[in-house]
Amino acid sequence: MSLIDVQGVSKRFGGLTAVADVNLCVESGEIHCLIGPNGAGKSTLFKLIVGIYPPTSGSIRFGDADITRERPYARVQRGMSIKMQAPSVFKELPVRQNIHVALQQHRAARNLADEQDRLLALLDLKDDADKPAGALAHGQQQWLEIGMALALQPRLLLLDEPTAGMSPEETYRTGELIKSLNGEGMTIIVVEHDMTFVRQIAQRVTVLHLGKVFARGPLDEIIRDPRVAEIYLGKTHHA
Amino acid sequence: MLSLVNGSQTIGNSRGFWLAFLAVLALALIYPIFADSYDVGNFSYFLIWIFMALGLSLIWGYGGMLSFGQTFFFGIAGYSYGVLAIIMGGGSMTILALVLSVLIAALAAAVLGYFMIWGRIGGVFFGIVTLAATLSLAFFLGQTAGPEWHIGGARLNGFNGMKGMDPLTVGDIYIEGTLLYYVMIALILIVYLGLRMLVNSSIGNVIVAMREDPQRAEMLGYDVRKYQLLTFAVGSGLAGLSGALYTSWGQFITPSSIGLPAAAMPIVWVAFSGRSDLTATLIGSFLLLFGFQTITIYSQQAALVLMGGLLLATVMVMPQGFIFGIAQLVSSRWKRRPRPKKKRDPDRDAHSQMRRS
Repeated sequence: MSLIDVQGVSKRFGGLTAVADVNLCVESGEIHCLIGPNGAGKSTLFKLIVGIYPPTSGSIRFGDADITRERPYARVQRGMSIKMQAPSVFKELPVRQNIHVALQQHRAARNLADEQDRLLALLDLKDDADKPAGALAHGQQQWLEIGMALALQPRLLLLDEPTAGMSPEETYRTGELIKSLNGEGMTIIVVEHDMTFVRQIAQRVTVLHLGKVFARGPLDEIIRDPRVAEIYLGKTHHA
Repeated sequence: MLSLVNGSQTIGNSRGFWLAFLAVLALALIYPIFADSYDVGNFSYFLIWIFMALGLSLIWGYGGMLSFGQTFFFGIAGYSYGVLAIIMGGGSMTILALVLSVLIAALAAAVLGYFMIWGRIGGVFFGIVTLAATLSLAFFLGQTAGPEWHIGGARLNGFNGMKGMDPLTVGDIYIEGTLLYYVMIALILIVYLGLRMLVNSSIGNVIVAMREDPQRAEMLGYDVRKYQLLTFAVGSGLAGLSGALYTSWGQFITPSSIGLPAAAMPIVWVAFSGRSDLTATLIGSFLLLFGFQTITIYSQQAALVLMGGLLLATVMVMPQGFIFGIAQLVSSRWKRRPRPKKKRDPDRDAHSQMRRS
């Protein structure tokens, strides 16, 4: 059963069409990667799914509900959660409070402190818990934002370039975390450029190019597709 | 009990702070015994404005919305108290007039706030719209000198202002002089502790989060518009409380208490004090009001120039506010006192070093 079903969605900004007639269906319990060169429309598609932008046309269903015109907070309350491309944390608030604000949305007060400590330990941010979030290194801010997204216990987790600014070791750990969350039944969509990371986690891949779906399928097939190499690397393809 | 009013959104959560707080409260309570009634009356006058300052701290410092229109709500409640006290016949009904006028101010804020917040007016435009509303009300009331401008028996009287309403009264007792002073102290205590509870609650966490990044707050499942509206209505209701108490205190109100110079004052008090903390706002506003009134006795122009200078100094030297900045400085000095060295775990240090590198 599909958890998110994007049908014929387009988004125009004045004369620029950022996303054009995109269909995307992600099954429940899947890790789905969105890849494509810069400007392909991946982040815009994420923002359409989570409701930051209203689509110019098309529809989006989440489970059984049509959420096309719903505001972002309502989509989050249905079980959607996003980590944005640029770290989006409450920079002047302590790390602990960033997690707290996210947790209090879904947790009873008596469980809050324990869950907060568990998440801080998972994110390896326990020693920095009282620092302002803005004082963290870029990679740590990424982790914090992932933690805030996880605190909502989402059914669908959207991660936009989750490993940007991370070391190879941190990137690997992020991949393992994503796989472990998926093992617990969470559906995850990831926008990523790092193909090593994509290989580590992806089950199915959709390639976007110039705002349109260029290819989709299992990762192995996508990697072997010479057209994908062409749009990524600018190689001339001779059929 | 203390856990309700303490939290990360307020400075002053230690036992020492609360002991100092009780000492100041005790001094405030015994002050009328040693002071003459004129000074007590003056003190009551300074205290009237504290509610408006605390409300602006909530809206601007905690909620991130710079409202230039707190005297709009001050004026609405002030005139409402005057009209209601007159048409309801004065006496004990003035207590009901006070409550209703505060509710009217909060309702006006809810209506204005609804159109601004749902209309996505934010940032500097929030200040512009609230200032425009303030100036419109001041100019409107200024042209109500004719006899046709009345509500029941209450004439608005244009620039000369409304008068003739009873002060707050319970039975045959007028609440003025020393009694008014104690009522003010009690109200400030209730409002200050109530606001501390609010900002340190789960609602307060969201209010501060939406100040930092409204989009991120919405992405955590909060309808930030409702929290913004709540913050604006509560803060403006407090401006209304100041307005109603002002009218009751002086038994008059004029459009000049709403216009541009009056509207700028709460911004100066709160910016100078430290907008993002209630205690800093309480202390700083009181000091400024006291200083302003003292200097006004000699020269009103000098007092206004001093206020402008203080705002400039705040923006350029200590943008987070002088009282708040000094409190933070003292707090960081206190924490930096030498303490017995802990045994260090070399493995943990190495791990921590690696993670930062």
